[in-house]
Amino acid sequence: MRRTIPAALLTVALAATAGCGDSGGGDAGKANAARGPITVWLSNNAEEVAWGKAMVQAWNTQHAEEQITAQEIPAGTSSEEVIGAAITAGNAPCLIFNTAPAAVPQFQKQGGLVALDSFAGATDYITGRTGANAGQYTSPDGKFYQLPWKSNPVMIFYNKKIFAQAGLDPEKPQLATYDQFLAAARKIKSSGAAQAAIYPAPTSEFFQSWFDFYPLFAAESGGKQLLDGGKPQFDSPEGQRVAEFWKTLYDEGLAPKEKYNGDSFADGKAAMAIVGPWAISVYRDKVSWGAVPVPTSAGTPADQVKTFSDAKNVAMYSACQNRATAWDVLKFATSKEQDGALLTATGQMPLRADLPAAYPDHFAKNPAYQGFAQQAARTVEVPNVPNSVAIWQAFRDAYTESVIFGKKPVSDALSAAAEKAEQLAAS
Amino acid sequence: MATAHAAAATDAGPKAGGGGTGRRAPRGRVAAVLGRHPVGLLLAAPYAVFVAAVFAYPLGFAIWMSFHDYFFAAPGAVVDRPFVGLDNYRAVLVDPQVRQAFGNIGVFLVINVPLTAVLALLLAVALNKAVRARMFLRVAFYVPYVTASVAVVGVWLFLFNSEGLVNQLLGPLAPDPSWLVNEGLAMPVIAVFVAWKQLGFFILLYLAALQNVPKELYESAAVDGASAWARFRSVTVPAVRPATALVVILATITGANLFTEPYLLTGGGGPSGSSASPVLVMYQRGIQQGQPDVAAAIGVLLVIGVLVISAINRRLLERD
Repeated sequence: MRRTIPAALLTVALAATAGCGDSGGGDAGKANAARGPITVWLSNNAEEVAWGKAMVQAWNTQHAEEQITAQEIPAGTSSEEVIGAAITAGNAPCLIFNTAPAAVPQFQKQGGLVALDSFAGATDYITGRTGANAGQYTSPDGKFYQLPWKSNPVMIFYNKKIFAQAGLDPEKPQLATYDQFLAAARKIKSSGAAQAAIYPAPTSEFFQSWFDFYPLFAAESGGKQLLDGGKPQFDSPEGQRVAEFWKTLYDEGLAPKEKYNGDSFADGKAAMAIVGPWAISVYRDKVSWGAVPVPTSAGTPADQVKTFSDAKNVAMYSACQNRATAWDVLKFATSKEQDGALLTATGQMPLRADLPAAYPDHFAKNPAYQGFAQQAARTVEVPNVPNSVAIWQAFRDAYTESVIFGKKPVSDALSAAAEKAEQLAAS
Repeated sequence: MATAHAAAATDAGPKAGGGGTGRRAPRGRVAAVLGRHPVGLLLAAPYAVFVAAVFAYPLGFAIWMSFHDYFFAAPGAVVDRPFVGLDNYRAVLVDPQVRQAFGNIGVFLVINVPLTAVLALLLAVALNKAVRARMFLRVAFYVPYVTASVAVVGVWLFLFNSEGLVNQLLGPLAPDPSWLVNEGLAMPVIAVFVAWKQLGFFILLYLAALQNVPKELYESAAVDGASAWARFRSVTVPAVRPATALVVILATITGANLFTEPYLLTGGGGPSGSSASPVLVMYQRGIQQGQPDVAAAIGVLLVIGVLVISAINRRLLERD
């Protein structure tokens, strides 16, 4: 008898579990046409928050019946996890101005996103604003579940002072080929000018490959994504050359294998870093820096080098009830005027076709951003495939094992990771 | 004692039989459903509801998820979650990363549990005898336990990174690769870290147990000429055996739930996954990669593993 009550409670709990399914369900057509107040989430980058608040104020002064309430994304391990939880809970906001492209397939699978194509003229608006690069952001079903918003094209930042100490030319550093890069790295290390030549995070998080392997793979392969049509592209001569290049840096101790707690470049521990233009405002007062495109084995001309976009986009979430307003806000926030304000406030590159021509005055006044603006036209995005995060984790595990820690031949690791990635993409 | 039992039996007799069979039958049925003291159910109900809500329901849900093709979805989203039998368990059991994580936790437990039990007992005995600064020492051992792992991990990074204090002291004897990026040393460092962090709590358990050891036993042993070591071995260790069983089981459960330390201390389970724990892999699969069904299967296997180890521990430590 003593066990009767707990057993009954457990049975009730299990019955409730079995019965728990999705309930409710809104009328998408009705929501798409509805207008009224909406909520939006902004990233928690200070400059971006300032831009977001100004944008919201500009909208709210003109739309008394359709007010925006903005807040920063709630704190969490990562924005993607917070957004995923909000989708499941049904309390995601209408728009999030910090949606990672890699997470879009997962959010889409969860039924958490609104296809923007369901609004009249949306496809024309997106492709007209972003140009040919917009194609990288379509989902496998051909629809846009994200509006390409801004990118941070990744380049090599270098510390001019450390380069000078190491006897390298700080104004025109020779970093275009792998051989030149390795020679410079060896000189930095042997001269003692810095503890590390370059210090990308050697840790196992799935997204770390976006800041070591992937930009160089994009450059070496002439713009290939990690997967194309569900087929891995990295288990190839280009991928192996990139991996071997990084392996040399780790094997020779030019790049440390241990996590650095802080910003190694800002702290002067590393002579180089792979970063996007968001970092300009961070490093401005700390480091005398220069920037060059990522290297390739043959030394691709600078104006042809591709790189990883490190983009963040805007998506509309299915919990939104006033989607007509949300769509109008989306267009307002990505208008030429607001994009210009974003560029000025944050230094991040709006994903617009022919960006330098769109804001000539800004780039004339801020020459440091010109290289990034030109690079922004040659960016490669993460592939929009199912199980995207799992694929990146599988790749990262293989990379750390073979490239960073040298426990397995690079070719074997890439081959095994490609097999796993293909299975994940197909499932 | 015999008298008391007899009295109880005498008291119970007339109540059980008093009033004849006509009155006994309804009371018996009520008692059969609600027990002899229904008010006890009332008092236990809030906790029962709590357990059902935060333990039974999630556990049941996790088991259900592990047998279905399940993923988190927005309310109202039309999704298919078919029954897949043991597919998730098969996927988990053939996954080298999961197997490595379970192996890693085995290494952790082999180092951490004995270290925790032995150090906690020795320090508790020493603290029990300390006359001066006893309170200070107890607090000193307890502070790491109540300090957030995230905070103390920073201290260990300072100590054990390649440029850290430990390597500076060791000089040429420092391991290469360094502690936290060394495949063979990363998990032992984590095991020692957790032992150090949890020690204060387990010392308290032993201190409580030591209060109940009769002093006469020590006096008798001393009169018989037993040395301090012999008294410890023959009196203290057997007397605190129930506490030892509790310490071992709790340390095992804590170890099996390891997450924060490998996540923060070794950067997400590196090097090459040699410090990844099953809970860390659950987090990656369930939260980061959107495969809560696979994560649930790992969780169920972990629960089963902990239950088996705990049962073995009890059998070994609580036997007479």
